[in-house]
Amino acid sequence: MGRLVYFSEVPKDRETSAMFAELAMPLFDQLYNFAHWLTQDRSEADDLVQETYSKALRGFSSFQPGTNFRAWIYRILRNTFLTSRTGLKATSVQVELDEAAESIAEAETPESIFIDQSQQQLLQKAIEALPLHYREVVLLCDVEEMPYKEIAETLSIPIGTVMSRLARARRDLRQALQVKLVRR
Amino acid sequence: MGDSFSMKIETYLDGELSAQEMQAMDAHLRGCASCSADAMAQLHMKRAVKLTGTRYSPSPELRAKVQRGITQEKPVFWQRWLSVPVFALLLIGLGLYVSQTAGSRNRIYSELTDLHVATLASANPVDVISTDRHTVKPWFQGKIPFTFNLPELNGSDFTLIGGRVAYLGQSPGAQLIYQIRKHQISVFIFQDKNLPGKLQLTSGKQLSFSTESWNSNGLSYFVIGDTSGDDIRRLGELLKSAAQS
Ligand SMILES: [Zn+2]
Repeated sequence: MGRLVYFSEVPKDRETSAMFAELAMPLFDQLYNFAHWLTQDRSEADDLVQETYSKALRGFSSFQPGTNFRAWIYRILRNTFLTSRTGLKATSVQVELDEAAESIAEAETPESIFIDQSQQQLLQKAIEALPLHYREVVLLCDVEEMPYKEIAETLSIPIGTVMSRLARARRDLRQALQVKLVRR
Repeated sequence: MGDSFSMKIETYLDGELSAQEMQAMDAHLRGCASCSADAMAQLHMKRAVKLTGTRYSPSPELRAKVQRGITQEKPVFWQRWLSVPVFALLLIGLGLYVSQTAGSRNRIYSELTDLHVATLASANPVDVISTDRHTVKPWFQGKIPFTFNLPELNGSDFTLIGGRVAYLGQSPGAQLIYQIRKHQISVFIFQDKNLPGKLQLTSGKQLSFSTESWNSNGLSYFVIGDTSGDDIRRLGELLKSAAQS
């Protein structure tokens, strides 16, 4: 038959569910944090995480044992987000933002941007303001502490692109903080 | 600022230089005031991002719900978990199955409908994600044995989401996913000569899907989505005029 594929993708037994839970549940907090940064909304993050786990469980048979589970489930989360309404909106404004950011001159002096706890709020706003493709890469690297290779796998982009986006994201964060500090 | 090491500080702090380069950088940082100040500042930033970025925690209710979804018996799992649209798709799939066993449906038509339904239910609906036709079209190069033109969507309410290679029998073809309002539409393009049978050229409404199909320059097009027949026709017209240009 092969007709109702989605039924055949449902784990057949408790063993499979248990194996999935063992791999997926330890990532729950991290995935939720990442989902919230993508959606920037609590209830959307709730939905996104639920949908991700549901899809991942259904598609668990397509996961290759021995490959990177974290990259796999993050990729599902991100793809689910990208095809959601908020995700589509975030990617459709991407080009303009990129061009605007590109025209900002580079002017930071690294010594002046030491950050203390009280500046966290500034940093939070700056991360939120990053265009999606820069926000996700800096979060995966500095918060999730993923190696470049795993980020590349998660986002389906070459490692060179991971590095250039990271550099740009961090430059934007530095500039955002610096501008704010100077204006004080 | 600006010696050959200064460019690599970021990669160094991410731990992504080769072992040899990491050692060379360690040694350099001990002697170069400019690079070590820079490295210090970047390290502070990295830590601050880690601190600031670890911010949102799931509610215990959400965790319990997800946990239950994984471990509970199947029927309950489905009731709780399937979002309404996916559940509707399952019913549609079932409907198609029933109608097909009744022998009343064109086989290719049913297979394409299945592909569309399976794509919507899939964790990775597209292999190339882009709203830009200039990205999506070249992505197919070398993956399928033909090329095609995609329409300019400016001024229309359609959005291109991306594409994937779809197989009908053994023949690779293009599947493009478009969105209008909350509805997703698949456009399938195959070479006429590789179709396992003749594509029934129809437009119409089958179950809850609207469809439209036509041939042009040796290619068969098939558009399907759970939106109005008018939307499907309009997307069809855009594709037809793009194929002429
Ligand atoms: Zn130096």
